[in-house]
Amino acid sequence: MNKNKKLYFEIDGKACYAEDGQSVIDAAKANGVFIPSLCHVEGVKAAGSCRVCNVKINGRNMTACTTPVTDGMVVENDIPELNELRQAIIEVLFVSGNHFCPSCEKSGNCELQALAYRYQMLVPRFPYEFPIKGVDASSEHIFHDRNRCIMCKRCIRTVTKDGKNVFAFNGRGGEHLHVVMDEKLASQLTEEEAQEAMEICPVGAILKKEQGYLVPIGERKFDKLPIGSDIENK
Amino acid sequence: MKDKIANLLKQYDNDRSRLIDILLDIQEIYHQVPDEAVGILADQLDLSKVDVEQTISFYHFLTQTPIGEYAIYLNDSPGAYMYGRAEVAKAFEEEVGISFNSVTQDGLIGLWDTADIGMNDQDPAAIINGIVFTELDPAKVKKIIGEIKDGKKVEDIAENVADVIYTKGILRTMVKNHIHLNNPIPYDDQEVGSVLKQALDLTPEQIVSEIKESNLRGRGGAGFPTGLKWEFCRKSGGDEVYLICNADEGEPGTFKERVILTELPKMLFEGMAIAGYALDARQGIIYLRYEYRYLLAYLEDVLQEMRDQNLLGKNIAGKTGFDFDIRIQLGAGSYVCGEESGLIESMEGKRGEPRNRPPFPVESGYLNKPTVVNNVETLCRVVPIIQNGADWFKSIGTKESAGTKFLSISGDCNAPGVYQVEWGMTIKEMLKMVGATDVQAVKVGGPSGTCIDPTQFGRSIAFEDLATGGSMIIIGNKRDLLKDFILPFTNFFIEESCGSCAPCRSLTVILRDKLTRIIDGNGTQSDIAELYDWARLGQTANRCGLGQTAANPIITSIENFRNLYEDLVKTDEDYLSAFNMEQAVAESCEVVGRVPNIKSH
Repeated sequence: MNKNKKLYFEIDGKACYAEDGQSVIDAAKANGVFIPSLCHVEGVKAAGSCRVCNVKINGRNMTACTTPVTDGMVVENDIPELNELRQAIIEVLFVSGNHFCPSCEKSGNCELQALAYRYQMLVPRFPYEFPIKGVDASSEHIFHDRNRCIMCKRCIRTVTKDGKNVFAFNGRGGEHLHVVMDEKLASQLTEEEAQEAMEICPVGAILKKEQGYLVPIGERKFDKLPIGSDIENK
Repeated sequence: MKDKIANLLKQYDNDRSRLIDILLDIQEIYHQVPDEAVGILADQLDLSKVDVEQTISFYHFLTQTPIGEYAIYLNDSPGAYMYGRAEVAKAFEEEVGISFNSVTQDGLIGLWDTADIGMNDQDPAAIINGIVFTELDPAKVKKIIGEIKDGKKVEDIAENVADVIYTKGILRTMVKNHIHLNNPIPYDDQEVGSVLKQALDLTPEQIVSEIKESNLRGRGGAGFPTGLKWEFCRKSGGDEVYLICNADEGEPGTFKERVILTELPKMLFEGMAIAGYALDARQGIIYLRYEYRYLLAYLEDVLQEMRDQNLLGKNIAGKTGFDFDIRIQLGAGSYVCGEESGLIESMEGKRGEPRNRPPFPVESGYLNKPTVVNNVETLCRVVPIIQNGADWFKSIGTKESAGTKFLSISGDCNAPGVYQVEWGMTIKEMLKMVGATDVQAVKVGGPSGTCIDPTQFGRSIAFEDLATGGSMIIIGNKRDLLKDFILPFTNFFIEESCGSCAPCRSLTVILRDKLTRIIDGNGTQSDIAELYDWARLGQTANRCGLGQTAANPIITSIENFRNLYEDLVKTDEDYLSAFNMEQAVAESCEVVGRVPNIKSH
């Protein structure tokens, strides 16, 4: 660990060091501590929308992706209260969409699924909502399935064409909000850009057309070790 | 259309941050934001179409389908039903010949449900093309629709329908103020500016310290110490500082700001000028909720009057170098924009999604500049504090709650309206003051506040006990608390959630469905326990204060009215509430034409 780093802070009693301006979640990662998140993309302005990275900072609930480290900060992360909250949020996301893992191309690479395993969700405590959501197959290279969307805003914040957003929120509220794809811009995306969009999506809402199940079972991202292991075992 | 929109854009210097203004103007012209206009805006502002649409679709009063030449927005909040909203809605539907949330075939009239419009003391009320119609009944509805069909102007219809027209300055409206200043902090319209001049003899630092010393706390609900907020902002430095007045009271049952804006606009503007001086701000902005658009011309008129008196503008009141002016920014219909950072996002022409903190607005707010957002009432209180001193202010109220509070009182009482009371008044005293007897519950602080039962009526209205932004809904014994209040309030939060935080967006729906099951008589004891546990998950998980309190109707009603829930649930231990056999087979029975012969239990 580089002790020349400027800021000292603790996560669950572990001494950690951070650079000035670094978010708690990124600094934790650099110090070998996994804080789960579904919306965070390193290097992109934090959305703080999935709420899964909720930690206690000096005793207060804050999102680790939106909070910069300050010197002497005390962070609680892997504690029953927070793990319980995270599991509940993951379950909320499962029941408020239509996530059929066995048939989903993202299965094994899906961060929502991986977190559900990590937090040992067996069956959601909440009743399934089975909401009616749409699919949009208008783009040449992208298949956009809103049934699997968890509205993390990753695509909204990162996928652009000519500097313009390809994806955006539409509507508001618990029953009407959804993510839409700009028909014109989406049709201009190249195959590579479509692949990147698919990879930025933590779930299976953005899929690249004309390919499927490319990675065999056993070789997928989370087949062997739980999500976060790469950070913790570094 | 292209030229028209290009002209509009020019008016706003092609400034993307003025998108709400631009969209409101377009909506006004076309009774919608037409698809073609979205395309033109996207091109001109260098945005994708979906990016423009994400702003439009966030706001209730911006639409991408026509709303009718006469768009009738009838308040749909629980308070309105207490005063006969159901009959009024029925009358509208019958007279117009369509159901709510649709437009007549000829495009003339649209009927729309709308969340609280701040008229709870004179509901049922509706907004028609920006003009508020109050105390509606079926006879008035008939008259209104008749005159619309005759092609009359909405202003004229309002005059014809009103029992009394309230007139102040250029303001002519049928909205009554029902103001009860039984413990007034003195203010004389004649002396407007005198306190500002007094303030200008002090240094900005002295003003901040006086406000700090006075213990003035934010009157919007959160109760943050005002002086401290100002001090933080001053510490952020920077050459550009903004003062924003939050006039977006959207919580059902809140309407005191409407009354303050109508009765005491000069006090507000004077308070803003003092705050502007204290903060070294040159620009003050009032974020006025769209529902109060009928006040816009009047407020602009008062602002102009004050400019003419050199109380706004350049070298104010003869103080060289003190320049400060105020502009009014209209909202477009969103409860979450009452949250200060959501409000700032909206002012920048975006979806009003509350921001992550840090940074706080005092460090990086409007256009990323240090910004103070204060409530209307808070800014008004600045004036008497500077006039009479912090010690005088602290002598009123309680230890932690200095001064007075404007309460919006509505519901089952003889005299609903706006009351100025000393902090520390008990609920019992308040109920007596407004003539309320036979009370089942008081919703303190509106839906996001707490719902208390009569055993708690000895508690006092103060930050140290029942903190409130001022909404008081009195619910009589004959009312169905869970079905007619807790359920619609929960629906209100579902509808108004910006949707950014997963728990606020989705957990509220799960809660609503479980609550519905209990209300429908299909719940069990364990449903009550789960409902309570699940509701509490959102309290810490959500980003903003509104999301954190969205489950409060459920939480506080279970805590204080558990008996109402218990009366509704099945006591049979084997009853499986999650599954209803009859419902499950209903569709297939219909297909095969069989009468269901399975009892769900």
